[in-house]
Amino acid sequence: MKLTLDGLWVLVGGFSLALDVELELTDHVTVVCGPSGAGKTTFLETLAGLRRPSAGRVQLGDEVLDDPAARLHLAPPRRRIGYVPQDLALFPNLTVRGNLLFSRRHDPVHASGPAQIDAIIAVLQLGTLLERPIAGLSGGERQRVALGRALISTPLLLLLDEPLAALDTELRETLLEYLLRVRDELRVPMLYVTHDARDAAVLAGRILRFAAGRLVAQGGPEEMLEPDPRAVRWRPAPKGGGIS
Amino acid sequence: MSGDEWSVLALSLRTAALAVAIILPPGLLLAWLLARRNFPGQSLLETLLALPLVMPPVATGLILLRLLGRRSAIGGWVQDVFGADIVFTWRAVVVAMAVMSLPLLVRGARHAFEAVDPRFEQVARTLGASWPRIFAELTLPLARRGIVGGLLLAFARALGEFGATIMVAGNIPGRTTTLSLAIYGHVQLGEDDAAFRLLAISVTVAFAVVWASEWFLRRSSVR
Repeated sequence: MKLTLDGLWVLVGGFSLALDVELELTDHVTVVCGPSGAGKTTFLETLAGLRRPSAGRVQLGDEVLDDPAARLHLAPPRRRIGYVPQDLALFPNLTVRGNLLFSRRHDPVHASGPAQIDAIIAVLQLGTLLERPIAGLSGGERQRVALGRALISTPLLLLLDEPLAALDTELRETLLEYLLRVRDELRVPMLYVTHDARDAAVLAGRILRFAAGRLVAQGGPEEMLEPDPRAVRWRPAPKGGGIS
Repeated sequence: MSGDEWSVLALSLRTAALAVAIILPPGLLLAWLLARRNFPGQSLLETLLALPLVMPPVATGLILLRLLGRRSAIGGWVQDVFGADIVFTWRAVVVAMAVMSLPLLVRGARHAFEAVDPRFEQVARTLGASWPRIFAELTLPLARRGIVGGLLLAFARALGEFGATIMVAGNIPGRTTTLSLAIYGHVQLGEDDAAFRLLAISVTVAFAVVWASEWFLRRSSVR
């Protein structure tokens, strides 16, 4: 499935995000990296429909999501793009089950059916947590619930904003395994924002590097990461600019 | 407690409860709009909503009297359609209470809504939920403590309402005499014993209302 960003221009306060690129998202994880303030979160929020671009066009597959020139802005519920923000935003007044089945209650036409829901609960090993309140969950459990909640809405594309940033190394590795299972067993295309080159080395099929609201480099992990497996690092950005 | 005192108390509680019930839906909607949306005329609306708090209640009462009298547009229309007067009836008591307590409800609820992380609503949108259902299932339950607080303040303000009520509803025993008006009336006539009995009733009601709301909040936070 193709994501087309055609002269996209998003203004947030004094910051601007400008993208002109076509991305093939099918069957792999696209990692978005770059320093703080590069526009990574703004990018995800725009795709999710939570920010309106000032100009340009966003198209996912055959569906145009944003085209301000034609006064077109598809509301978030109609985009079918899952979003797991950095703070997860698990609904604290609902149980794990209430969170997971939220899309099932609100959008039963598109949300997963019982068999799919069982599969997602099995992949993320959420079965024993279902009746628990959100307040009592550990960091890793919360991540899995947020991931499951987004997956049950059967998104065409899943956006993950630094999902592992707050976790210790051991937990990160466990959760990376869950993400790999989501990628390989549920086959949902993902856009994954991270600072961490190790996440990218495990997950990425393709890597985009943002800086100051522009796409400055993109490529496969072999081009974008240092080859040394003992110390995974980003390759330094090429001199003399890149693609924008 | 005498029969007269009972009827004064009953009228006060009934009209205050009705006033708060009437302003609750529009009050919550206004509070949510002010907390979450930017729209033209927003600051004008905020100013209008604050006016009853800062104007002398008697002045607000005079405005209501002009707006709702039988010869006014609104009062005349109600008279034509329902065949009922507003001013100098229990309905005027309710209107005065509603107008005076609306700003307190809106303020409390607005702060409560602002304290709910908008991320919850945004993520709920990406999960396919409509605004009205997000409001009912997430925003409202998450803001309930502040809303109950605002509701309590509004109810207390309605029970204590005096200035606007006496302008628009008068002080007609058995029809528009609320606790506040009755206390004032007894003091004017030198009936201190009666005034103090009503004072004791007022204190008891206030205590009960605050206690009930504390109980509710403690119970709802345990859940």
